[in-house]
Amino acid sequence: MSVLDIAKGMGVTLGHLFKKPVTVLYPEEKVDIKPRFRGRHHLLKHPDSDLEKCIGCSLCAAACPAYAIYVEAEENDPNDPTSAGERYAKIYEINMLRCIFCGLCEEACPTGAIVLGHEFELADFRYQDFIYGKDELMVGVKGSKWQRREAAKKNKEVNIGVKSVPRKELEGVNYD
Amino acid sequence: MSKTITKNNKKETISNKSEFKTKLMRINMGPQHPSTHGVLRLVVDLEGEVVAAVKPQIGYLHTGFEKTMENRSYMQNVTYPNRMDYTASFSHDLAYVLSAEKLMDAVVPIRAQRVRVLLTELNRIASHLIYFATGLLDMGALTLYFYTMREREDILDLFEMIAGARMNYGYFRIGGLAYDVPEGFEEKLRAFISKFPKMMQQYADLFAKNDIFLARSKGIGVLSQEIALDYAMTGPSLRATGVGLDFRKAAPYSGYEDYDFNVPTATAGDVYSRFMVRFEEMGESLKIVEQALNRLEPGPIKDPSRHISLPPRDELASSMEAVIFHFKLVTEGFHPAKAESYVATESARGELGYFLVSDGGSMPYRVKVRVPSLINLQALESACKGGLFADLVMTLASFDPILGDIDK
Repeated sequence: MSVLDIAKGMGVTLGHLFKKPVTVLYPEEKVDIKPRFRGRHHLLKHPDSDLEKCIGCSLCAAACPAYAIYVEAEENDPNDPTSAGERYAKIYEINMLRCIFCGLCEEACPTGAIVLGHEFELADFRYQDFIYGKDELMVGVKGSKWQRREAAKKNKEVNIGVKSVPRKELEGVNYD
Repeated sequence: MSKTITKNNKKETISNKSEFKTKLMRINMGPQHPSTHGVLRLVVDLEGEVVAAVKPQIGYLHTGFEKTMENRSYMQNVTYPNRMDYTASFSHDLAYVLSAEKLMDAVVPIRAQRVRVLLTELNRIASHLIYFATGLLDMGALTLYFYTMREREDILDLFEMIAGARMNYGYFRIGGLAYDVPEGFEEKLRAFISKFPKMMQQYADLFAKNDIFLARSKGIGVLSQEIALDYAMTGPSLRATGVGLDFRKAAPYSGYEDYDFNVPTATAGDVYSRFMVRFEEMGESLKIVEQALNRLEPGPIKDPSRHISLPPRDELASSMEAVIFHFKLVTEGFHPAKAESYVATESARGELGYFLVSDGGSMPYRVKVRVPSLINLQALESACKGGLFADLVMTLASFDPILGDIDK
């Protein structure tokens, strides 16, 4: 037995006793999210006209390798348009259980309407709660379905608790 | 010497050394066993404590990736390879993308090649860090686990910065990269490059000369060069037996011929040499990362051809032609000529290649992945036979199997 080599190894361990731990106590503490992180989707709106960017073209559904997106488009009412284009998405659903968060939908979207955001705590109890419809995905809605249910019970605002700087594609999304 | 006695009208052989009768005992190890590194089941025949036979049973993590990829367009398929080997995802991404590019005759810009090499080598370091963490954990050395995982975290932070995910990156595209390197990446990487050699010294202090590690690894699980070659082994496990085969040197791809690095080899072919070859490889990979970073020059990151890459986003608002190409590529993808392609690459575990057969459609007609883990695992029995059962775990860990890679 070489005592010196054991002592060398123990020296490394001892040295670490006096250093600050690198571990993070999730879920109380959360690590910073990098700007490009791909989490839950957001459907964006034109900030000045409040019209939806989505024109119901279904390119995201075509690009999705997991077949997680379902879009049903309808003609805009000329007097009260929903989107900036000729058509809008009447139904826009993403199945978060199928989604693999690859970001191909964002790359495919010609108007930049669907963007992957920074929310990642999507756990829930029932299958049907993983289907996110238009009202859940629209910009301004914060948190997963479960987070919002819990917040409503306690009459509180949803707190994502993640320090993140949204990238420029996430126009109008606010995590504070 | 042994003698044969007749008992109950049956002939039995017993050893002279001991009067105890040893019968072969069949032990089932796994699939839910932490030291099988995933859902691998080993059927072990034991003669006392000596291993008489090991039969790996695979298929518990079969995901059908090859078949799935045959039902997706070439462009959608970039999201699948990284899910097979989840510890060295960029190696799989690179192997698929290279093979598809060969099929399409795509021209990859030099900047994209450099970034690809840089990320793949960083990923090789991250993969070897897991190897040391879990490998030494199997012999009870828990301390190193935390230190290697800490440095892996730094690498994953870099990956999250550049690719937007900590695992399953899907960052390479056929003909280039999805998006350019972000601001601040270079400084962070430089900080890591200057820090990592010191960390490697710490790992070496912890285990390389530790008596317990040496006793558990030297002369254990010896694999001769002939057997390793007979099983078509590749990667660090083969290089530990003295064969200096490395596809980055033997058949350079992505500009590997421009980088200055060595291929570490060892001759003993035991657990210790398999560990040390990988340890030295981390240093070599760091050298390549540094060289690639120094040669990173501004430039395009995608093949300019509209038949391969999506048009730039700002053109979509002004050019009808760009919109047409965009819609055509996203809905249908591209159609390579009727051909086959295979590019052998060096992943963290050995030779990795995607064999793609195109029938002229937008989806591959057949995808076959040559995975290193599966082929290296075949030699497990030769390495373990005659050794102690307790060493089987160490020998398995030293082969570095990833079950997602094996079962696909």
